[in-house]
Amino acid sequence: MQTLEALTREAAELAQGRPAPHQRLADAEEAEVARVLQICNACRYCEGFCAVFPAMTRRLQFDKTDVHFLANLCHQCGACLHACQYAPPHEFGVNVPRAMAQVRVRTYVEHAWPAPLGRLYQRNGLALALALAAGLALFLMLAAARTGSLWGAPPEGSFYAIFPHGTMVSLFAPVFLFAVLALALGVRQFWRESPPGPASAPALAEATQNVLSLRYLDGGHGQGCNNADDAFTLARRRFHHFTFYGFMLCFAATSVATLYHYLLGWTAPYGPTSLPKLLGTTGGVSLMVGTAGLWWLNRRRHPLQGDPAQRPMDHAFIALLFLVASSGLALMLLKGTPALALTLCIHLGAVMALFATMPYSKFAHGVYRGAALLKWSIEKRAPSKLQLGDD
Amino acid sequence: MLDVLVIGGGNAALCAALMAAEAGCSVRLLEAAPREWRGGNSQHTRNLRCMHDAPQDVLVDAYPEEEFWQDLLKVTGGRTNEALARLVIRASGTCRPWMRKHGVHFQPSLSGALHTARTNAFFMGGGKALVNAFYRSAQGLGVRIDYEAPVERVELRDGRFVAAWSRGERIEAKTCVLAAGGFESNREWLSEAWGTNERGERPAENFLIRGTRFNTGVLLRHMLDDHGADRIGDATQAHMVAIDARAPLYDGGICTRIDCVSLGVVLNREARRFYDEGEDFWPKRYAIWGRLVAQQPGQIGYSIIDAKAIGRFMPPVFPGTRADSLPELARLLGLDETTFMDTLNQYNAACRVGRFDHTALDDCHTEGLSPPKTHWARPIDTPPFFGYAVKPGVTFTYLGLKTDETAAVHFGGQPSPNLFVAGEMMAGNVLGQGYTAGVGMSIGTAFGRIAGTQAAAAAQREVSHANA
Repeated sequence: MQTLEALTREAAELAQGRPAPHQRLADAEEAEVARVLQICNACRYCEGFCAVFPAMTRRLQFDKTDVHFLANLCHQCGACLHACQYAPPHEFGVNVPRAMAQVRVRTYVEHAWPAPLGRLYQRNGLALALALAAGLALFLMLAAARTGSLWGAPPEGSFYAIFPHGTMVSLFAPVFLFAVLALALGVRQFWRESPPGPASAPALAEATQNVLSLRYLDGGHGQGCNNADDAFTLARRRFHHFTFYGFMLCFAATSVATLYHYLLGWTAPYGPTSLPKLLGTTGGVSLMVGTAGLWWLNRRRHPLQGDPAQRPMDHAFIALLFLVASSGLALMLLKGTPALALTLCIHLGAVMALFATMPYSKFAHGVYRGAALLKWSIEKRAPSKLQLGDD
Repeated sequence: MLDVLVIGGGNAALCAALMAAEAGCSVRLLEAAPREWRGGNSQHTRNLRCMHDAPQDVLVDAYPEEEFWQDLLKVTGGRTNEALARLVIRASGTCRPWMRKHGVHFQPSLSGALHTARTNAFFMGGGKALVNAFYRSAQGLGVRIDYEAPVERVELRDGRFVAAWSRGERIEAKTCVLAAGGFESNREWLSEAWGTNERGERPAENFLIRGTRFNTGVLLRHMLDDHGADRIGDATQAHMVAIDARAPLYDGGICTRIDCVSLGVVLNREARRFYDEGEDFWPKRYAIWGRLVAQQPGQIGYSIIDAKAIGRFMPPVFPGTRADSLPELARLLGLDETTFMDTLNQYNAACRVGRFDHTALDDCHTEGLSPPKTHWARPIDTPPFFGYAVKPGVTFTYLGLKTDETAAVHFGGQPSPNLFVAGEMMAGNVLGQGYTAGVGMSIGTAFGRIAGTQAAAAAQREVSHANA
């Protein structure tokens, strides 16, 4: 019976989080996901909640690339934690959303471009983000003060009287383009880690729909995900929609204004009923509502749900978005007042901080999640390699 | 005075509490476990066996009452009560809209369990999600819920419930529902029931408990021994499956199952086969293997497969013992190598391989072998080889309180006017032996709801008596 005892010991170690030698992955977070999924794969009760579990059942073991893919597919809705018969205090200690969150941030770090900047994910926090925004705002205030335009209503409320259009473009375009490039290179590396094959049109359409509708925050039954406890709520999905679509409307406002400027030669400021203004105002209000709601939900989240170490990163991103939206709306309200220039400096500082931290902030989750969802939409259309007996 | 006291905190108890609360009664529920372990064995369940005459949302085709009854008759070998069994079966066809109303979500069969697509409605997220939903709903209806509130004894007067004692508190109520589970996690009682076998072993000492550690049977024993309640069933009968020998003592749940039995052979400690591994589809046979292994020396078995089986069964939670040759596997498993090779060589030579099809009762069988393997018999000859040690895993015991279609507890053949029973404490009325997937929840749901309704009606009768 010695062998049985040795096996029992090994199994007990496995169950308690010390993986058997042949299963050891280089990194503790990845090994934890592999351990947890080995248990999940033998249970499968959560299959109806989201895409992670159906993707899991197509595998018998979980190597680094599987773990990275599944971690980014996880929306951290919490349903599988509250439903789990093996969740703490069970000795198996299964907490899928937390294990996934811890690997997710590692994938961002590992794929970050340029690589050394990946460490910024771990340092990203509320204080840092706000300090960066404040620093940049201060810098702009000093620049404005030098030309004597920091206090006092500029003619016709034009921002360009404070900062010429060319100056703004030369400040923001490089930062924005760098952010886009860094994220694109990072997600390209993530994609190539386990390429799922070419994307068919239906796969692409499905993934797009899953992203735009946040399908996997509906709990699989339409009643939503978990936040403070085992009750389901659609609040997170809705506030995320406010945030995402608010952000996109603001982005659209800027894009339309850019087209007006360069193609039509119409320079800002635009009237209150102009397209950029309408898009920007709606987007700004939506973004404020969304981020305020997400902050509120985040503060009330069940302590076992997600990775508490990443809360500062979440808060930083939410706060920056809120600051961008609220200072942007303030600009409209303060038009024609002497406080306009000061507010503009704060707004531009916040926008600049958002762009600068974008590739190393919570923003990355959207890009990697989108890629993982597309991977899943491609993979599920390919035949499974397994033939479970009673299927 | 409290109308209905429910003792227990699993599916049957919650169904009773919800029905009584819906009927307008004041209800208090006493759960022995702390909040995080609430729900008894229901937290480990995954589906409900349901009759239906036509496709229904997550259920395909039809599973008529008669077929369900025949299935139950077969697994119990006739040790059942037809009237109560049919009551459960009919209730299983109509209870799901009510369950949905209280927040339970259903989903089609899980991957790896498609054989049950016709017969079993799966709970989305499993039994713990169901239990969570019922608790939320009960709280919403004003049911008072106490955790860590085991009941040690009850006071009865002439077969009438008077009060229950929990943690030194005396709780009076007009009526009471007992739904506190079987005695599966009481290892002393199991040992006493199974006694000493012909080899001088105490078999129950090698059993693992698949479910909750809180079903110690204190109340069941109190009712049987101290109050002489009418009993049903045999203390050694239980839902028992063969599970990974490395599973934790309690709460191993579903993931400790070893599902490769029908794809290979199972040997005992002496390295000999002892039963037809290919008798029928695994889902129809998994529930007999716990008992089969319990009868073997040391209450242990070894499921042996080769590379051909990999990917054809639900992946086990712990990795198997792996070897590149059969003698090496015997050594790693600690089995006598000569006997092991003898058994395997005889089996391999006896295989008559036709067209292997694991989804049908195929024509791969053995000839001239005892015991035979009647389906899916293919030589075990392709490395790597894997072995899984299995032990009996007790899910729940069948010894319980005798009842009738009103769920009343009986004393000397007479039904109590205000004491009712549901769930594992009375499942033995329907299940004298054997098991078929999801039927425990069918019994718990049907009798939980009956007990809740009857208790509410009895409590309301008390009111009219008092007013008269």
